[in-house]
Amino acid sequence: MTNYRFIGKSTQRKDALDIVTGKAKFINDFTLPDMLYGKVLRSPLPHANIKSIDVTEAKSFPGVKAVLTYKDVPDWMAGSAPQHVRILDSKVRYVGEAVALVAAETEDIGAEALRLIKVEYESLPAVYDVEEATQPDAPQLYEKFPRNILPQGIRVFGLHPLQEVVIGDIEKGLEDADFVIEGTCSYENIPNPMPPESPAVIAAWEGPDTLNVWLGSQGPHIVKVALEKWMGSINIRSVGYSVGASYGSKYMSWQYTMPAAALAQATGRPVKLSYGKAEHLAAFTVRLGSRIHGKVGIKKDGTVTFLSGDWLVNTGAFSEASQAMVAVGCGEAQLILRCPNWSFKPKVVCTNRTASGQVRGFGGQELKCALLPILALGMEKAGIDPVDFFKRNYVKPGEGYYWRDGEWWVCEGIDYTKAIEKGAETFGWKEKWKGWLKPTSVKGAKRRGVGVGIHGNADAGEDVSEAFVRLETNGTAIIYCGLPEHGTGQRTNICKMVAEILQIPLDRVSVTPADSLVNPVEIGPVGSRGTYAIGSAVIAAAEDAKEQLFEKVARNLKVKPEDLETLDGMVYVKGKPEARISWGKGMNYSGTCLGRGRFESDFSKPNFMMIFTEVEVDTTTGKIDLIRVVGATDVGQIIDPLCLTNQLDGCLGSAGIDSALFEEAVLDTRLGRIMNLNMIDYKWRTFAELPEMEHVILETPFSTHRFHAIGVGEITPSPGPPAVLMAVSNAIGVWMHDYPLTPDKVLSSLGKIAATKRGERA
Amino acid sequence: MTRQEKKFSGVALEGKHRINLTVNGQLYELAIGRGAGKVNPSDTLSFTLRETLGLTGTKVSCDSGACGACTVLMDGRAVLSCMMLSIECDGKEVTTIEGLKDPKTGELDPLQQSFIDHTAFQCGFCTPGMIMSSKALLNDNPSPTEEEVKEALSGNFCRCITHYHVVDAVMDAAKKGVESK
Repeated sequence: MTNYRFIGKSTQRKDALDIVTGKAKFINDFTLPDMLYGKVLRSPLPHANIKSIDVTEAKSFPGVKAVLTYKDVPDWMAGSAPQHVRILDSKVRYVGEAVALVAAETEDIGAEALRLIKVEYESLPAVYDVEEATQPDAPQLYEKFPRNILPQGIRVFGLHPLQEVVIGDIEKGLEDADFVIEGTCSYENIPNPMPPESPAVIAAWEGPDTLNVWLGSQGPHIVKVALEKWMGSINIRSVGYSVGASYGSKYMSWQYTMPAAALAQATGRPVKLSYGKAEHLAAFTVRLGSRIHGKVGIKKDGTVTFLSGDWLVNTGAFSEASQAMVAVGCGEAQLILRCPNWSFKPKVVCTNRTASGQVRGFGGQELKCALLPILALGMEKAGIDPVDFFKRNYVKPGEGYYWRDGEWWVCEGIDYTKAIEKGAETFGWKEKWKGWLKPTSVKGAKRRGVGVGIHGNADAGEDVSEAFVRLETNGTAIIYCGLPEHGTGQRTNICKMVAEILQIPLDRVSVTPADSLVNPVEIGPVGSRGTYAIGSAVIAAAEDAKEQLFEKVARNLKVKPEDLETLDGMVYVKGKPEARISWGKGMNYSGTCLGRGRFESDFSKPNFMMIFTEVEVDTTTGKIDLIRVVGATDVGQIIDPLCLTNQLDGCLGSAGIDSALFEEAVLDTRLGRIMNLNMIDYKWRTFAELPEMEHVILETPFSTHRFHAIGVGEITPSPGPPAVLMAVSNAIGVWMHDYPLTPDKVLSSLGKIAATKRGERA
Repeated sequence: MTRQEKKFSGVALEGKHRINLTVNGQLYELAIGRGAGKVNPSDTLSFTLRETLGLTGTKVSCDSGACGACTVLMDGRAVLSCMMLSIECDGKEVTTIEGLKDPKTGELDPLQQSFIDHTAFQCGFCTPGMIMSSKALLNDNPSPTEEEVKEALSGNFCRCITHYHVVDAVMDAAKKGVESK
């Protein structure tokens, strides 16, 4: 293994000092002169026409500068796809949907003004269940989506994005199967990624056609791209701040940016729109609802002969990116299952609750959580150990899959068998696994069980990244890259990559702010693409800059560029330490070396994550304790060990593992309201309840990355929830398929109390 | 504070036109009322710190006492600044994340250094509150057990899941603190 100077070593994050001293700036720490505050009046009804709105009193309230209703706002349309969401509409489709916008001198004045707006609604029947919504007589959310089904085949990823998996012949698969299993599993607790920093933005216009936005988006450049597409012919400058976490949710960010832009336009002043926590939980991104009716054919030896099924995807009141998420989910299903015959058909459906949007796991977690338990029924029937099953089925080099772009890709990555084996060994799987629906141990009322989940994504090399690296005459380098810091340490990690290539101290490398006016195209650190895609663009830019420098120096020293090397801002002739010249002299103190780098999509390198869990179920109370978690992955090459373990520990949070145990947005289907809109009633894991956590991290080199690395951050939570489901089912000896596994459900599965239906009271 | 005491402190403010608040060693005499630089009776301490005094290191997340992001020290003990009215803080000494460094030498508090050394943050939004809760713990209990650290921090929400690194950082800072004495 190469011994690098920075790569693989623990180094201080560049923003560390700012973070621990309170200097790190998040969007709410920032104000503009003359700035107003936006407030949103939200619908109390899940489905209604607005019969009338009277804003007279609100408008005349001292300190109020604008009140907007659907009659006043620009006709900007968003949502994917086709566009179907207005910032304000004459109809509301979920409790919490925006009805009116206010801009005021202070937040308090804005809040007071909301109380003075009088709205008369015509209430309409609402629908929440994904299957009920597709019935002919179901309430209809949008005229253009009959039976509330969103169209397929739209151009979310190129001309023919993946919208289903249809391969081979199901009849043949049926013939070949020794067992055929049918089952339904749902992951519909719509957990909230719940970053601590709620969505917030400042919008300010410069003239009629230039809009500046400052926000904590995970992809500031994509905000520019999305808004320019949806707001007509205007120029957007988007500036990213430290992101108080996102977990995918604060990406395109039009849901809160367009209202702020409308208020800023109406008032001619900068407007900050900052969600409170209840708004964040009631009217911002939750996970997709996912339900699969599936049928699996399996042979006695564990070979899967076919998979057929309907994947019913509940996107709530609109689609932010749901068809795109479904495309990625369909691709990811193939990565974990080697199967010749598929007929797997998704349907994306609108219902009257807050919209689902993109969250870490991007369709794949939602798919896995419903699909793996159905596959487990097949494994149980054939008597196959799930670890053996996954080892056999996870995609290997040379095997192919349809990816999100509808193209057939062949895996050119690495074989993850070793990671699976090492993970199982570290966890003690062989000793703990007693067979399907069998506990690992029983002590009185307490029963332990183990379970395992798997996930992988070929998006670690998705989309385009561009970067520039500028060498300065003083021996420093600046990276131009639209990468915001959202917690992974990636802004520091790209500095490490550049420092390694240029062999200069890490403190001599810096990154520009994530400002779209300064930087080239950058999709953002999503889909685990930070290391491979963004990293590769930055690396190419650094190599290009170095090449330019060497060309200049070579002319000066009358040698060939390939004879040169550089260390700490000096260029040397290889083997002749006395023949040297500083970067400054090499550039004649007047030139600039600006390297350019570009990365193009490459879906041939899936990453990988497996999670082993052990739980203890108290069969008297129904309470489940998560005892131990072991994650197993192979990252090719560690860039920063502590940043990596942070990302791997992240498997518990951001609506990950704990969405199997207690996390849910509790939707009361009589009122259409989410009932737990605060951080006491929305459950989250505290320090006092941490499970034992261990990670198996292998480093099998990826030949196509300069440092042989691949990213895994995005995928770490996704294998977790089905692993927990399996562990609990094994502990109590009964299949449980209803996330989250709250004590009442455990007790009803054990026949100790009567079952209750979701949304009903016990 | 009991309900009775709260009422009493309210009565004590009657007729007062200003409060004295010491933040990070600096005394602020803040007029009570509406308008720039004043303390409105409905202002929370977190609002006063962030919006009136410009000390934005203290973060507000849930704004309802559930997540610990706004934790500051008041007379050496951890309090949730979003759950206190500023007018209740008359005569108090408050330390925020900005005040943890040694004011003379500028040297970081050992806890801050330990958080850096262990990369005990991801997005960093909850970190100021996390450090202030840890500081209050170490003030009371300079050599806590791991369980005591977890208990002391169980009111601090972190969604990135940096808990494991934070526990390491606090334990390490405690160990070094005891060793250096």
